Amino acid sequence: MSMLASLDVVVTDVVTVNSLIKRFHFARADGSPLPAFSGGAHIVIEMQDGDTIRRTPYSLMSSPLNTQDYQVSIRRDDEGRGGSLFMHNKVTKGMSMKIGYPANLFSLDKRAPKHLMFAGGIGITPFLAQIHQLIKTNGNFELHYSARNEELGAYSEELKQLLGHRLHVYYDDQDQRIDFDALLSSQPTGTHVYVCGPAPMIEHVIQRSAAHGWPDAHVHFEHFAKAPPGEAFTVELQTSNKKIEVGENQSMLEAMEAAGVDAPYLCRGGACGQCETNVLECDGNLQHEDHWLEDDERASGKKVMPCVSRFKGSRLVLDR
Amino acid sequence: MATSAKDLPFREETFRDDFTFKNSPETVLRAPFPFDKDSYMYAVNMELHRDGRPGTAYEAPIDVDEHYVSEMKDRALVLDEDPLRYQSLPHMTLAGWDTLELLMTCKAETYPEWFSLTRDGDNWHWVNRPMGIDQHFVFGDESTLPYAPLEYITRQAQGDFCVLDERDGNLWMDAGMVTTQADWSLDFDIGMNFFEWHAPVPLAHEKGIFKRALKYLLSIQQGNPARRLNWTMTVNPRLDTSPENYHIWGPENTHITPENVADKLFLRIELQSFWRLPRSNALLFPIRCYFLSMRDLSTVPKWATRMHRVLQTLPPEIASYKGLDNYREIAINWLSQFDDGKPTSEGPHPD
Repeated sequence: MSMLASLDVVVTDVVTVNSLIKRFHFARADGSPLPAFSGGAHIVIEMQDGDTIRRTPYSLMSSPLNTQDYQVSIRRDDEGRGGSLFMHNKVTKGMSMKIGYPANLFSLDKRAPKHLMFAGGIGITPFLAQIHQLIKTNGNFELHYSARNEELGAYSEELKQLLGHRLHVYYDDQDQRIDFDALLSSQPTGTHVYVCGPAPMIEHVIQRSAAHGWPDAHVHFEHFAKAPPGEAFTVELQTSNKKIEVGENQSMLEAMEAAGVDAPYLCRGGACGQCETNVLECDGNLQHEDHWLEDDERASGKKVMPCVSRFKGSRLVLDR
Repeated sequence: MATSAKDLPFREETFRDDFTFKNSPETVLRAPFPFDKDSYMYAVNMELHRDGRPGTAYEAPIDVDEHYVSEMKDRALVLDEDPLRYQSLPHMTLAGWDTLELLMTCKAETYPEWFSLTRDGDNWHWVNRPMGIDQHFVFGDESTLPYAPLEYITRQAQGDFCVLDERDGNLWMDAGMVTTQADWSLDFDIGMNFFEWHAPVPLAHEKGIFKRALKYLLSIQQGNPARRLNWTMTVNPRLDTSPENYHIWGPENTHITPENVADKLFLRIELQSFWRLPRSNALLFPIRCYFLSMRDLSTVPKWATRMHRVLQTLPPEIASYKGLDNYREIAINWLSQFDDGKPTSEGPHPD
């Protein structure tokens, strides 16, 4: 996986959680323990999908103390580029795969006297790992989890058993809604808030917490953009002296990797900033899909995040 | 043939008072010489910390050499006088356990004749033969160790250790063991962020170095540690050149003469490595100090030549920041006898 060391694993189980979600279990291929990790961490799963190598990040949901069994839950996205479809349709028990070491862009603040958590849909997964960590250290937290309906509210039954009154579940089809304003205006001093879910939910929590005077440093969110599919285009890489084709279901980063160019990355979701690349020439439109660049950087046309963003036009030259 | 550090006995020596510290010739050759060309300027000179070539300080991920036992005695003396050289803010205990695990597993794997670790669930058994330590304890239970986990294990590991919490896209110096430092203080820097504790460094801010270095550090992942080298110079092989003790070592900066420079003036190399810790998501930042006297350097012609040229061309701001002004000219004059004016070969390694 790029120049970084990765882990050889075996798929030890594939479990159907509901009509959209499957859970995948991994153990180390040589039987030795997997690395411990911290709640909120993700792994990048490498998928050999025909001629294409996909690398897609998924949050670890298993207990960070469990070094025998990594678990991720993946929601099938029929409109996506194919990562989740590959996992759902092609990955079976016993398969050998490669994953990256866990990396955490959604870490708990260990100083917080209280953790207030908001999960939407599949956004529940990083919280599952964090909750194990907090239970072990007697942390103070409450989790508000909203899902479309009971069937899609994955793990809500297990969470009720585990958390009791610390869990609040809301179902859209029963007209249940999280009262963000009431919750954000009634927390003890020093509380940290965490949100993972659909983009509008994240935006809402960021906006309402600011309105209620929360310091930015106390508001945490996991904002993985999905690299969207789009029309194929050509990119020139000046440093590597290469001209590459980016396919419809491929990201620029994946196309660079396929061409043997060692480009930096961490989240592969437009959030961490590691793959930021200078644009040397651009005759056309950059289609920014990331959460990293500032508005003025986008306006300048000098920067792009190749893990999620695309291009439409006649010529694009990158400093890579 | 390269000699492994494992072939050398542990030296009995001091880093204060009578300064009996001495490198064996093998230890000189395995030093991580910091100059890869004939001049020096700040740079984000980081690379992956992978198993290096045998017979170098990069051979093992956590290097142990002939100075180990004596350095640990010196650390214990410093801590007796000033317990604040070790500090850990309350939220850093988990990172202390991560550090203990990393150092114990690395050492037991690399140096099985010296260290062993046996794990049965959370019941661990640690043996450190060079220091005569045999400890049963419960991982995660502080009451089963004589010190907090970070203090316990860094009393048994060469080099200083900073433990950096990651928050708000920044790194915070929230725990550490610092007794072999080049004139900085953990007690002063504790709780500061990356930009705060680097504020005194000249020129590097203008070059945008710290912004880029922070971005690199935040990207460091488990299983993929990184490293860089830093350097300064020290009069006498004194590990503890702390601001707290400046009254002791500061005046020695004027003691260098043409007669004593070869044996009294040392290139002080810091091998800094960076490790992502698993459970805490903190970064461990070990800073390991290696001393080479000017006479040690002269045994490697390429190194003496290069040291001469680096000192000649060093920007004055950097020389002053590193505290070299009192003896720089004396060192240049002594080293000039080894500089034949010819080009040196590429890279830092001896020819």
